Amino acid sequence: MAKKEYAFYPGCSSQLKASAANYLVSTSSMCKTLDIKLTPIPDWNCCGASISYAGGSELSRLVLNARNFALSETHLPGQDMVATCAACWLGARESKEKLDTNAQLRADANEALKEAGLQYQGKTPVRHMVEVLIEDFGYAELGKPVVKPLEGIKFAGYVGCQTNRPFGIAGESFENPLYLDKLVETVGGEAATQYEQKVTCCGGALAFSETEKSQKQIKDIVESAYDQKADMIVTPCPLCQANVEVYQSEINKKYGTKLAMPVTYYSQLMTVAYGGSTKEAGLDGHIIQPTKLQEIADKPAPAKK
Amino acid sequence: MSELNTSTTEKYHNNFLREVEENVEEGEWVKMCMQCGVCSGSCPLGAHWAHPPQELFMMIRAGKREAVLSSDSMWMCTSCYNCVVRCPRKLPITGIMHGLASYANKLGMAPKIQPTRDFSLQFWKNCTRTGRVNELRLTLGLYFNDGLMAGIKKGWAMRNIGLGLLKAGRLNPFELFKGHSCKDQQGIQAMLKKAAEIEARRKHSTH
Repeated sequence: MAKKEYAFYPGCSSQLKASAANYLVSTSSMCKTLDIKLTPIPDWNCCGASISYAGGSELSRLVLNARNFALSETHLPGQDMVATCAACWLGARESKEKLDTNAQLRADANEALKEAGLQYQGKTPVRHMVEVLIEDFGYAELGKPVVKPLEGIKFAGYVGCQTNRPFGIAGESFENPLYLDKLVETVGGEAATQYEQKVTCCGGALAFSETEKSQKQIKDIVESAYDQKADMIVTPCPLCQANVEVYQSEINKKYGTKLAMPVTYYSQLMTVAYGGSTKEAGLDGHIIQPTKLQEIADKPAPAKK
Repeated sequence: MSELNTSTTEKYHNNFLREVEENVEEGEWVKMCMQCGVCSGSCPLGAHWAHPPQELFMMIRAGKREAVLSSDSMWMCTSCYNCVVRCPRKLPITGIMHGLASYANKLGMAPKIQPTRDFSLQFWKNCTRTGRVNELRLTLGLYFNDGLMAGIKKGWAMRNIGLGLLKAGRLNPFELFKGHSCKDQQGIQAMLKKAAEIEARRKHSTH
């Protein structure tokens, strides 16, 4: 039996050939090493993200999230729900707070859920994968399987918004959360501790609708990483990853800059440090190649002493 | 003016604050604002709001209905929650902004050309169609929002990003025909239909 088991909520971006497919790949590899069993919630659906407010009413957005909880409670009772996507986690957790504190909304949601043969019981908490790593394992435990310390790589820990606010990771501050830097150090990398854009917004969904304004945000986020002499950015959020990596070429066209800063996931760092290959770490899923990390991944692991 | 807008205006006369409290998601919080301005100073897109949150709250109290609901401002919210965690009165400002935007849209008072509104509507339609987001259709839908030629132009401008994602295994061209989806689509549609019915019923009983 696995050390820990969770009901997994991957979310729309972490599906096969979706925009964060490599987040899923690296998470699976990381969990394999840590002996974590992730069972996807059968037939999970989209959380509605933070952007669907104009189209979806309050109750319909709540019901979408309640459905995932109900499926998790039915098929994977007793297991905590774990999300890797910041928006999924936030959407689910915000919905849960409403469902658990507002009896009317809960009754309404259950009346709607009944149409799909489901019921929300409020028994299952939803957590972010980072919470699981820090709270259920802890840095010392996470450091044990490291066979290839990420020596010689400096990482700018870009925490972003929704893994940090409004809920955040317990014990961390909203203005200067330290967990990502600690994770970097746990796997033997160097953390750019003075990285000043670590909690700046990348524009989120508005990267699609307000491109100029969002790209200005992204430019600051990347340039600050350069200022700190970082080799790459690391983030816990799939939308942050995509926005900050993908739009650098557009920014270069508009501003005449030469940005080419790789943007990785914490799960990729951990997979490589645990001895995973480029493929297992999803490092083949980048537009801007995280070369230094790929080099370590391609090196054979040192023989065990 | 839409019919709903006319009937709502008649009902609340000049009491826009009460209208917001009764109709806008999280609207009951508006009166708690103490006008410190931390929200406005904390917003990443703050410079682009004609009326930052603090100002919108005062305008609601001052009965500036038309100016608030037809404003572009709340559509600038990126859902970063910076204002929420800094607000000394703990107002759920992000939620209030979404609520105001949604209400303005419902009344037909939102600006006609508002890219975030369009994206929001498309996102909801997209994710509830099969239960899961079809990223390719979502992106293309946005490009082609202003017509065929504009779409082709935008698609061409972004071709390198698209090809990059394709090469990286993060974009599936076949999603155009068949994307990711939930199995129980019927159940999802039925439950969303029911949710709409319940909301209509509640509306009716409180009015």
